[in-house]
Order: sequence, then C-alpha cells, then structure tokens
Amino acid sequence: MKILVCMKQVPQKDAPLKLNEAGTWIREDVSYEVNEPDAFALEEALRQKEKHTGEVVVLTAGPARAQQVLREALAKGADRAIHLEDAAFVGLDAYNTARAIAAAIKDEKFDLIFTGLQSDDYGYAQTGVILAQIQGWPHATIIMQIEKNEGGIRVKRELEAGFFQFVDMPLPAVLTIQSGINKLRYATLIGIKQAKTKPLRKVTMTEVQAAVGGNLQKIEKLYVPQKSKNTEFLEGPPAEVAKKLVEKLKNEVRVL
Amino acid sequence: MTDIILVVVEQREGKLNRVSWETITAGQAIAAQTGWTLEAAVVGSGVGTIAGEVAAKKVAKVYDIESAKLEPYTPDAFSHALKEFLTKHPAKVVLMPHTYQVRDFVPKLATSLHTTAVSDVIGCKYDGGKLLFTRQMFQGKFVADVSFAGAGPCFVTFQNGSFRADKVEAGASAAPVETVNVDVPDGVVRNKPQEVFKEAKQAVDLTQAEIIVSVGRGIKEQKNIELAKQLADALGGEIAASRPICDNGWLPMDRQIGSSGQTVAPKLYLALGISGAIQHIVGMKGAKSIVAINKDSEAPIFEIADYAVVGNLFDIVPPLIEEVKKAKG
Ligand SMILES: Cc1cc2nc3c(=O)[nH]c(=O)nc-3n(C[C@H](O)[C@H](O)[C@H](O)COP(=O)(O)OP(=O)(O)OC[C@H]3O[C@@H](n4cnc5c(N)ncnc54)[C@H](O)[C@@H]3O)c2cc1C
Repeated sequence: MKILVCMKQVPQKDAPLKLNEAGTWIREDVSYEVNEPDAFALEEALRQKEKHTGEVVVLTAGPARAQQVLREALAKGADRAIHLEDAAFVGLDAYNTARAIAAAIKDEKFDLIFTGLQSDDYGYAQTGVILAQIQGWPHATIIMQIEKNEGGIRVKRELEAGFFQFVDMPLPAVLTIQSGINKLRYATLIGIKQAKTKPLRKVTMTEVQAAVGGNLQKIEKLYVPQKSKNTEFLEGPPAEVAKKLVEKLKNEVRVL
Repeated sequence: MTDIILVVVEQREGKLNRVSWETITAGQAIAAQTGWTLEAAVVGSGVGTIAGEVAAKKVAKVYDIESAKLEPYTPDAFSHALKEFLTKHPAKVVLMPHTYQVRDFVPKLATSLHTTAVSDVIGCKYDGGKLLFTRQMFQGKFVADVSFAGAGPCFVTFQNGSFRADKVEAGASAAPVETVNVDVPDGVVRNKPQEVFKEAKQAVDLTQAEIIVSVGRGIKEQKNIELAKQLADALGGEIAASRPICDNGWLPMDRQIGSSGQTVAPKLYLALGISGAIQHIVGMKGAKSIVAINKDSEAPIFEIADYAVVGNLFDIVPPLIEEVKKAKG
C-alpha cells in the first residue's frame, strides 16, 4: 500500500502563546511540535506498511521550520517527504490548504491518504475531508482501526459517547485519524541517521498557486476569551491553599 | 429575494438529536438580528415526524428531504442530497450542530458547492451588515471572530452548548412542511456502514457519582494516578480522567469524561492537570462546582472553574489529602 500522511507543525502544548500586534494571529516565536493526531496517523501508516508492504510518504505545508516534522517522520520510518514550503501556507483556510496539497501530489498514485482528525491551532477538522472531495475519493473520519479486506478496507469510526461503527470502503480513500488509535514509536538512532539521506521534495507556493484561490474565511480578530464565570483563585503556599480549599468544600460546596 | 437562514437538524436512525434545538435557537437569534428568514430541514428516509416536530417552532418553513438512500447515514448520500436541495433552494447561511456526523460530511458538501464551512462556532455577531462567527482556536486559549466570503451558502457548525435548547421559541402556528424527494443515483454511495455499537459493558456509572476527582496529562506518569486515587478515596468520590490518560491505558475507558466518553454532573468535579479542551469540558461543565488545579494560569479549564488553584498539583494534592482527612475526622 502506498500511503500519504499529511502532518502539521503546531505550537507546543505548553507553549505560552501571545497575540501579534494586529491581533489577528499569534506571535510566531514559540516552540513547535507535530500536531498530536498527525503523529498517530504516521504511526498507523508505518504499521500498515509493515503488514502489507508499500511506501509511506509524509507531507507538510508550512515555513522552513516545519521541516522538523518531516525529519522526525523520516527518522521513524517514512520513506520520503514532500514539503510545501512557504510561510504563507500557514494563513490558508482549509479549502485552500487541501487544494495546494492536491496540486502537489497530482503525479502520485496513493492508495490511502491519512490526516490527523483536526489541528490544535485552527481546529477546522476539515482539510482531510476536503482533500477527499477534491480527489473524488471516499473518506471516513475519526478513525480508530484500519483493516485491509477484499474490496478495500474496513475502518472503525469513533462516534460520540463511547459508540463506534465499522465502515467498509473501497480504495483509494482519505481517512482522518484519531489520537489513541495505536501506541507511538520512538525514532531509533539508526533511523535518525538514515533520515538524513532520505528524499525530501520541496514544492514552492508558485508551483501550486494556480490551484489556490482567495481564502473564503478570514480571521478578523483573535483574542483571549472572556470569562463567563466568577472564578475564585485560592492563593498562598500549598499547605495554606489546601486549608482554604477544604474550607470551601465544607462551607460552600458542602461535600464534606 | 429574501435571504434565507437554513438550519439542518440532525436525526439518527429516525430520532431527532436534541442538540438540534440549540441550532434552531442560534438560527432564531441570527434571524432576529439580521431580519433574514429562518427555515429548517431534516434529511433522511421516512423522517416526516421529525419535520413535524420542528415545524412547531418559530420557523418559516420546514423541508423534509427524503430518499431511501439516506438511511443509514453516509457522507456521500447526505452531501449529494443537500447539494441538490441547496442548488434549488439557495440559502445565505446553513447552520448545523457540530456533531461527529456533521463534521463527517459538511466539509465535503461545502467543497462540492465551492464554498466554505466555519466549524465549531460558539457565537455570532451582526456588525455593520456583516455576520461574524466566533470560534475557539489553539485549543480554547484564544477565540477568533471569523468572516466569510464567496457566493455562499456559508456553512456554520455550532459547538454543543453554545446556544440553549430551552430558549428555542415556539411558533404561533405550525410552519408548513414540504417534502422534497431527492434522487441519489446508484454509485454515489461508496461506503458501507455497519451497525453502531458500544465497545464494552461499562463497569462504573460515573453519572451517579457525587464527587469526581479527574486526572489529566499533568499527572505525568501512570504511577502518580495513585495520588489522585488517594484524594478521591479521602473525599469519598470516584476517579475519572481526560482522554489521553485512558488512551494510555492508565485508567479504563469507562472512566473517560468528555464528548467521546461519559457526561457527568456531580456536586464536585476536581480537575487535576487538565487543560480544559472543549471535548473534555462538554462532559463535565454541568457539575455544580468545579475545582481546577493547574500550573498554567492561562489554562482554559479556569474559564469554567468555580475555584482555581494555579500551581503544581504534586505540591498541592498531598496536603489537600491530609486536610480532607482532618475535616472528615
Ligand atoms: C473528536 C475528539 C474527541 C475527543 N474526546 C475527548 C473526551 O471525551 N475527553 C477528553 O478529555 N478529551 C477528548 N479529546 C481530546 C481533547 O481535545 C484534549 O486533547 C484532551 O482533553 C487533553 O487532555 P489533558 O487536559 O489531560 O491534557 P493536556 O491538554 O496536555 O493538558 C495537561 C494540563 O496539565 C497541566 N499540568 C502539567 N503539569 C502539571 C502539574 N505538575 N501540576 C498542575 N498542572 C499541570 C498543564 O498546564 C496542562 O494544562 C477529544 C478530541 C477530539 C478531537
């Protein structure tokens, strides 16, 4: 099976984020990491390849710093990488991101495309599904298991509140992968070494420009949410805070 | 031509998903602000009763979009049917709840109409003739006001709980219901969905718990879960967790709180090292009292907490256990 995994670099979970001056985006001088579900998507692709042979290609759209995500994926076992490299990719809406990706892979023949189910920055939860529509392929979202069968694949979709559903579907297809589908591996030292010699194709914005249109969504303003609750902050050294909290639990919450 | 706001309510296996009332409330609010006309639609096979139920609310009209191919749900059939409908009945905005089903087909539908979907919206503003939708970004650390461009319709999906189902206005009289039969040709539907099922029997019913101590990734290691258990025991409560803890197998799945786990409303919900992602919050925001202990003063969990402690949980929990024991005598 030939599998493409779309991965994104996002600000680290614990990174303190600040707004830019225009109040339309964050200040970009923070630490980044791979979007969590994308890491699970990569792991799943590697496992499928180990079972059925084939090739795992990883792709990201983002500035030079995003190459780190591809290097890590190559170190874990991906065969080659595609980098749509331009800072402007960060500002594209989901439709245009998917259009740019489709243009960059038009000469490839994948059986499967995996994306994470959503990104921790925009949280659109759309790019994978849009990519399927552009390719004319079927898709399934929030996937927790993938098995090959005669007609194609059987996937397990997560539904709300602990429910699941199996879906049979033909290939090629796009799947959006949920965190927790598998256990992530670490890169080995040999893997890290080998990654340096694996092919990485760069695609410029100019090359895919013809496929991309104006954004249909625009962030007019980004800001810190207003608190809706009257939160009481308990302060002091731990022992004192513990005392204060127990007072509240006794007298106000009345559970003690 | 009047501008139309269309709410597509959600049905599953012939039953209305109650979260749809929230979307109707949202639609009524936008209609009041803009003066546009609010209509509703239900998509499925033999779902006329649901159309009737919706027609009792303050909406101008309800469409019952029917095809045998719409049961069971598939993204191909739903997208095809709504595209056909919207091509004949243009709307300015199309509103839906942000459910797993909606997020499965709406991006496809919007793309097939060369338009856009603003997802996971928590509010809207009508400002100088421009409709803005507010949505969370960066896992709830920020929110954004988003505008849309293009010929439309613009699809908007609303996060659970953003509008109140009990605020939905009833109509003076029942709205007219029009049945629209759509043709979904053979070959359109490629996926074959099987029965919906629940993984395992639940060993615990957290919905009945009065006190819940819930741990998140801030607990760092599996062995530290013991500390949280001691606190839960001291309080006489149950232990629960955010999703990553259950994904790791540190606690069983049936102790997961959130959109893909259990929804609880205890007297006390004590969150230890949980950031407060929306998918977690929807499962516990109904708690009478929420206590959050988190080292990050900007963690979104504090936005819904009644009592907040900014600090290292490993410093605070041990003395807390002692104080609770003392208080209980
Ligand atoms: C479709 C979908 C469904 C989902 N369903 C669910 C669901 O049902 N339930 C659920 O919980 N999640 C769910 N999620 C995942 C959700 O988006 C979050 O990723 C998850 O809730 C984060 O868990 P967390 O808060 O434990 O971890 P993190 O977000 O990593 O937060 C850890 C927190 O711990 C704090 N911390 C770290 N160390 C310490 C310390 N020493 N002392 C105090 N605080 C500390 C940090 O400041 C941080 O705020 C779902 C996601 C999707 C996309």
